[in-house]
Amino acid sequence: MRWEHGSLGLGFILLGIAHYMGLFVAPSDAMMGDVGRIFYAHVPTAWVALVMLTASFVGAVGSLWNGRYTWDAATTALAEVGTVLTGLLLFQGAIWAKPTWGVFWSWDPRLTSSAVLFVMFVAVLILRRVVDSPERRLTVTAIATIVAFVDVPIVYMSVKWWNSLHQTPSSPKTVSDTMHLPLRMAAFAMLFIAIGIAVTRWRTIMAGLTLEAAAPDLPTRAPTLSLREEGA
Amino acid sequence: MTRGLLQTFEILRKDALIEWRARSQAFALACFAITILLLFSFAVGPDTAALRQHAGAYLWLCLLLSSTLLLSRSFQTEVESGALETLILAPVSPPALFYGKAIANAAQLVLLSLVSLPFVVALFDGHFAMPIWKLLPVIVLGSAGLAAPGTLYAALTARLHSRQLLLPLLLFPLIVPCLLASVKATSLVMAGDPMEQMSSWLTLLLCFDLVYWSLCGVLFPRVIDA
Repeated sequence: MRWEHGSLGLGFILLGIAHYMGLFVAPSDAMMGDVGRIFYAHVPTAWVALVMLTASFVGAVGSLWNGRYTWDAATTALAEVGTVLTGLLLFQGAIWAKPTWGVFWSWDPRLTSSAVLFVMFVAVLILRRVVDSPERRLTVTAIATIVAFVDVPIVYMSVKWWNSLHQTPSSPKTVSDTMHLPLRMAAFAMLFIAIGIAVTRWRTIMAGLTLEAAAPDLPTRAPTLSLREEGA
Repeated sequence: MTRGLLQTFEILRKDALIEWRARSQAFALACFAITILLLFSFAVGPDTAALRQHAGAYLWLCLLLSSTLLLSRSFQTEVESGALETLILAPVSPPALFYGKAIANAAQLVLLSLVSLPFVVALFDGHFAMPIWKLLPVIVLGSAGLAAPGTLYAALTARLHSRQLLLPLLLFPLIVPCLLASVKATSLVMAGDPMEQMSSWLTLLLCFDLVYWSLCGVLFPRVIDA
């Protein structure tokens, strides 16, 4: 058993406790009532998604700097986890928006920039799949990740820069004292789960890259004949 | 810096010469843009008020769709003739190569928008509440916003068979802020700006251009090295 499995296990345990407290122990929101309890899932998902994508950006800069495949694998693993969390975030937000705003979706700056972020990173992951050369794949993944990351601070700051329907960022100053514990616990739980999944993915990607380097003629990935590079 | 500017100008002159010699392709691109405008008017129907209200959006969507063809051609000439490696080995700094190509692409987009504008006025009953010259900074900044990341992604996908799919997939989400600001600013020029919002949208466009023209210039050397 590896340490990332422990992180996953701990994360799920904490998540269970945090969501139990969020659903049954913490008071309901003053304005939204019980609908607001999705807050304990949505806000930690948002935080951890942005942390994962920021870490992916750091990995991208590192892989361009030193050209090492460990950094390339980290960039990809973190981008994958961050992208899934961003998609989950949009889904949770839509569930929350319907009873609160009356619509599943609104072209609000926070929602728009988050949707753009999701699609950009999906495109980065698709781009990675169609490049066969490991060296070129490292470069294109890193560059596309760096360019896509520009949207992350925009997502975070959108509620401050523009008049947004979305709530301002949650912090100890904006959240009631009785909600701090389940929120923090849920945040750390999501972080441990995300780290566990990211490290597992990193190991898988590294195993693939190692095999690719050892036996370059072996098809280590599912063939995408219609999308191969020219001359490959 | 002077050397870099001279190299940028030489790349720009080379691309302009190539486009001039292949001006039938530029004509085909203009026809494609006009066809897109026609399709929008057919799709919306004879609702003149709706067409007039959203004329700015149709113009910029037309430019965006046309830009995928223009940008994918940006490096195609060099890739097909095997000249890209020669260009990289030539004593031209990579940032100069990028800025030369990006300026060439931006200039083509500006020309394309100026060609499309009379058709927007004709098809969508476009009126200009503000002086029409106020549209020029919007067109220049908006085209520049499409050109910089588009040129980087065109270089990134130049050697891939799936470039025609990947280029719009990568580019379109990225340029959403540029698209929004360009559409809004164009609509304000056409419908009037009683709340004086024009400067805000132009500022957003300018910030977008500054960020991406700097970032893409820094990243471009790694793209062509790969």
